[in-house]
Amino acid sequence: MWEYTDKVRDHFLNPRNAGDLAEANAVGEVGSLACGDALKLFLKINEAGVIEDARFQTFGCASAIASSSVLTEMLKGKTVEEAKRLTNKDIAAELGGLPKEKMHCSVMGQEALEAALKSYFGEKAEEHEAEGELVCKCFGVHDGLIRRAIRENDLKTVEDITSFTKAGGGCGDCLERLGEILAEERGQPKPVPAAEPKKLTNIQRMQLVAKVIEEEIRPSLKKDGGDIELIDIEGRNVVVALRGACIGCPSSQLTLKNLVEQRLREAVEPGITVTQG
Amino acid sequence: MKEIYLDNNATTRVADEVFEEMLPFLREQYGNPSSMHAFGGRVGRAVSLARERAAAALGCVPTEIVFTSCGTESDNTAINSALTARPEKRHVVTTKVEHPAVLSYCKNLEGKGFDVTYLGVDREGLLDLDELRDALRDDTAVVSVMYANNETGVLFPIPEIGAICRERGVPLHTDAVQAVGKIPIDLSTLPVDYLALSGHKLHAPKGVGALYVRKGTPFRPFLIGGHQERGRRAGTENTASIAALGKALELAAAGVGHENTAVRALRDRLENGLLAAVPDCRLNGAREPRLPNTSNISFKYVEGEAILLMLDQFGICASSGSACTSGSLEPSHVLRALGVPFTFAHGSIRFSLSRYTTQAEIDAVLAELPRIIERLRVLSPFKKGGPEPLDEKPPCTC
Repeated sequence: MWEYTDKVRDHFLNPRNAGDLAEANAVGEVGSLACGDALKLFLKINEAGVIEDARFQTFGCASAIASSSVLTEMLKGKTVEEAKRLTNKDIAAELGGLPKEKMHCSVMGQEALEAALKSYFGEKAEEHEAEGELVCKCFGVHDGLIRRAIRENDLKTVEDITSFTKAGGGCGDCLERLGEILAEERGQPKPVPAAEPKKLTNIQRMQLVAKVIEEEIRPSLKKDGGDIELIDIEGRNVVVALRGACIGCPSSQLTLKNLVEQRLREAVEPGITVTQG
Repeated sequence: MKEIYLDNNATTRVADEVFEEMLPFLREQYGNPSSMHAFGGRVGRAVSLARERAAAALGCVPTEIVFTSCGTESDNTAINSALTARPEKRHVVTTKVEHPAVLSYCKNLEGKGFDVTYLGVDREGLLDLDELRDALRDDTAVVSVMYANNETGVLFPIPEIGAICRERGVPLHTDAVQAVGKIPIDLSTLPVDYLALSGHKLHAPKGVGALYVRKGTPFRPFLIGGHQERGRRAGTENTASIAALGKALELAAAGVGHENTAVRALRDRLENGLLAAVPDCRLNGAREPRLPNTSNISFKYVEGEAILLMLDQFGICASSGSACTSGSLEPSHVLRALGVPFTFAHGSIRFSLSRYTTQAEIDAVLAELPRIIERLRVLSPFKKGGPEPLDEKPPCTC
């Protein structure tokens, strides 16, 4: 059983401002029957930009109904500018908190409010709904909503994202993408994308290869009494000769691949191969 | 306020007779049944008596009964035993509507390289036996099919399934956790090799179950340690609960007629009353064959958790297959396997009665629930005749 605060229970059992509002001039509708929760928010905004009345219709669990109810109470008397600054955190806080798994109910309230304000300013609801990249196909969640939920609620895990936005709560196909979005928003390095080959001209490549061999690889081989000589560069194939102690050393082939080729791939170009001339 | 408890498929009240039966083993009779002294030996005889009672209730012999800690342990043990006994066989057949005790175990097996076939069900929740026949392979180690579904109460034809498995020489395990005590079960004629049951579903306490293993069926233990349960389940016996389970099974066998007359009549009164009183609701799963105590009804345009919490105000206890109550964000896997539309799945309520349910309780639900649905529908943005734009768009096809 969910642990709801007394205020959640009160707003669920005695919802305020339930029903539609014929004179509404701002209506926001989010969610769907298929998703398991939906909210239709009606606002009557006067000429001074003050919300005179607010009503709601909600399909959903107790916390969805309570979030909608408390939202209408919070909105009444606010100016449009004040309403714009309301976040899901404010809704949850007004209720004395929600179980983490139910935070998406407060996010639904914020979404409906935004949709209503957009409709008031004459924008189409579709523009809002299709904001950005569709990440979770099961629940129709776009990355705009996910990114904002991460920022405003300081979300730290993919599980948190699911609790707050429902994204990832269905088939789970988007969990990896959610991890990437989380990393981006939290300013962590992105998972390394497949290395984009640098575009080098032949001359640039030859100069760079010669430089790396001279300044990095030769000194390190010389420490062990070996040496290396650059013989030729054919496209991305670098031909070298191992000298000194490297001659006849059983691990010279390993040195060639692990040290020389590896280092040149990192420093110059991923496609480089090294052979012995 | 006294509870009106209609959630007996979740767990049941311990019967007074069962409680009395277990008390001595929690007080003065604390001996270990394995001990050599007479003090332990007396407790050992109580365990034997429980085993005899269980065997008598199920129509088998006492040595075919292994006491376990719960239904899940019984299910896991049965499947594991079949797989371990025939390591060359790597295929399991089960259904999409099993309890997690089987379903999650099978998903886990897939991760270990086993091949699992999940049989689907039709809109009534029934299996296609030809599909089962076709699913059996030379490397099928075990078939695991539940006897009665915990959410809808729909019964699978275990005698026919057992005959098919016998023909192909594949062992059959049945998760009968919901069936035992509610329908007659006679293992002397039922062609199953393993059968799992749980104490707390039949008025014994939580923390005890049993697994029937047909004589001659290869068996490999799940818990390895001492010689208890003739080496088939290590661990010191939960003597008080085993004594309780024996008594509860004896009562269940004696009371199965009552379940199918009096309890069934109350269930039908509730079900027919609700279907008549509330517009836009439907029964989930076949009307028959079905457990006599279970009814799963969906109310369109409203959400299950909200219904349950409103019922809770009146002390009425039931459960729901809605997403909000499952702990996940998707409605019940059983209702989805039945193809219950999302417009109905989120508003499903399961009522499960017991021998303790009274007509006054049923009538209280019939008085309150239609009003609750009406209240929630007033709040809902979805209405009869209104647009249902997203009903035809299934959110997830996985």
